[in-house]
Amino acid sequence: MRKKLRALLTFLSILMAFVLYGYLCAIREAFSAGVSVAGADRIVVMHKMSLVMLLPVNYKPQIERIEGVDAVASSTWFGGMYQGEAKNFFPQIVVEPETYMKVYPEYLLSEKEKQAWLTTRTGAIVGRKTAKRFGFKVGDRVPIQATIWNKKGGGRTWEFDIVGIFDGKEKGTDTTGFLFRYDYFDEALEFGQGQVGWYVARVADPEKSEQTAKKIDALFANSPAEVKADTEKAFVQSWAKQIGDIGKIMVAILSAVFFTILLVAGNTMGQAVRERREELGVLKAIGFTNGGVLAIVLIESCLLSSLAGVLGLGLAWILIAQGDPTGGALAVFYFPSHDLALGFVFVLALGVAAGILPAIQAMRLNVADALRRM
Amino acid sequence: MSASDNVLVRVSGVDRVFHRGSEDIHVLQNLDMEVRSGEFLALMGPSGSGKSTLLNMIGGLDRPTKGTVTIGGDSINALSDRELAAWRSRHIGFVFQLYNLLPTLTAEKNVELPLLLTPLTKAERNRHVEAALTVVGLAHRTRHFPRQLSGGEQQRVGIARAIVADPTILLCDEPTGDLDRKAGDEILALLQALHREQGKTIIMVTHDPHASHRADRTLYLNKGQLTTEMSE
Repeated sequence: MRKKLRALLTFLSILMAFVLYGYLCAIREAFSAGVSVAGADRIVVMHKMSLVMLLPVNYKPQIERIEGVDAVASSTWFGGMYQGEAKNFFPQIVVEPETYMKVYPEYLLSEKEKQAWLTTRTGAIVGRKTAKRFGFKVGDRVPIQATIWNKKGGGRTWEFDIVGIFDGKEKGTDTTGFLFRYDYFDEALEFGQGQVGWYVARVADPEKSEQTAKKIDALFANSPAEVKADTEKAFVQSWAKQIGDIGKIMVAILSAVFFTILLVAGNTMGQAVRERREELGVLKAIGFTNGGVLAIVLIESCLLSSLAGVLGLGLAWILIAQGDPTGGALAVFYFPSHDLALGFVFVLALGVAAGILPAIQAMRLNVADALRRM
Repeated sequence: MSASDNVLVRVSGVDRVFHRGSEDIHVLQNLDMEVRSGEFLALMGPSGSGKSTLLNMIGGLDRPTKGTVTIGGDSINALSDRELAAWRSRHIGFVFQLYNLLPTLTAEKNVELPLLLTPLTKAERNRHVEAALTVVGLAHRTRHFPRQLSGGEQQRVGIARAIVADPTILLCDEPTGDLDRKAGDEILALLQALHREQGKTIIMVTHDPHASHRADRTLYLNKGQLTTEMSE
């Protein structure tokens, strides 16, 4: 690389492409994390018409009685606002603490905090990410404005005492949730008592999930509130698809980025070879084989791509570790290690793809022509 | 490589035709030539007479359309591209008019290039490089880049690169063509010394009659054919 500015610009283009790659992978992970961590042993039971329609609370013991069902937890979407600002969004879910922790063992809570939650009616537990985002601590009293569920007497402000902060068992576990007790909620409600948003049933044998889901569907067929039961994975997937196929969007953007970078790097290598025709001719004249010259150009291309690409991936790793660009609205935000590994493969592939045509050109270079004086 | 009759290079009935569109250009025509081992031969002739093409044939950089080129009894036409590259690395040292040094490498690294194709160790390569640079009088400029050297010094590095692997033949294409008279004379004296003191076989293409006087023998090429042969 003789033209330092051109080499630097190409280097920076490749570096930025891999920083962008890192961010897009992290964003895709943020949208698909629910799918990847969704338990195969959990069935979501919702109203057949829509998730916004409620189910009677007495469905729970009936689902529990179905063969193969280990535990059933109810959930209801609260959808409140913290400090009256829509941008302060985080999911608030109404749950029954004991069964919920049984069905979701990936939420880690200390025994002391668990006991505190079970004994405090206004108690709520909050995920580590949201706690960090808003500075919530155990002992804090947090007011949340209802947007759906008014309190008896028309009040919209619900107050909760934070009794625990939960962590995720895995890296991809969502720790943005704010969970509070159903008994407190149901008792204070202005309307809709005795109902819940959906149920989640844990089955003993994940291979029989679909079969169990069909049994649940059949149990409530022809009732006033028919249900649609499906595995949690399928449920989360269909939920994610409502905002589009994030994976496909990311692949499309990345393809465009890498194709552009391939043209930039390929052009740089092509020019580098054209400018060094005589030098490559000299190498051949003194005995370097065609294969040797091909290897020299390919190594140069791979070196440029590797230096810039690895630095770009490293930079992406560091920047992503600082937190998501939305300030915490994404449930998870990290550079998955499998995508990082794939990034290294892309780095090498880019080097080979950008260098192969110029390398073949160099390999086929006629020595006599290359050395012919202009 | 051995030649019982002391003929090292034998060019027999060589034609070289280039095609430009529908036109055939006969650069060399039925050319016969011999060079003895240890001889210093000058090739002269006007531009386009085929001097460089002939030099490329002898150096295995080009192949004849017809005829054979035999070096030390081996017909190099029959070699594959890969074999020819290996053969060049063992038997041929090239000196170019514009030196053709790699600008990003120091003098010693430029000289070391042909040795990278040999099984020599790094220490052995360093010894060979030092010896070659000493022969050309540049032992004190080993770490200099080409841009830090004068034209004459760059050509000396070029000659050191050509002789470092101890080739059978030195092929020099206008080695003084880009130098002033003084530097040119120094280069010619160096080639003469390599010929006399080390017995190197040298074939030199030149336009300059003054340069050709340093050779044992001069051959004249015109329109791809040898016209006159003058012995010194």
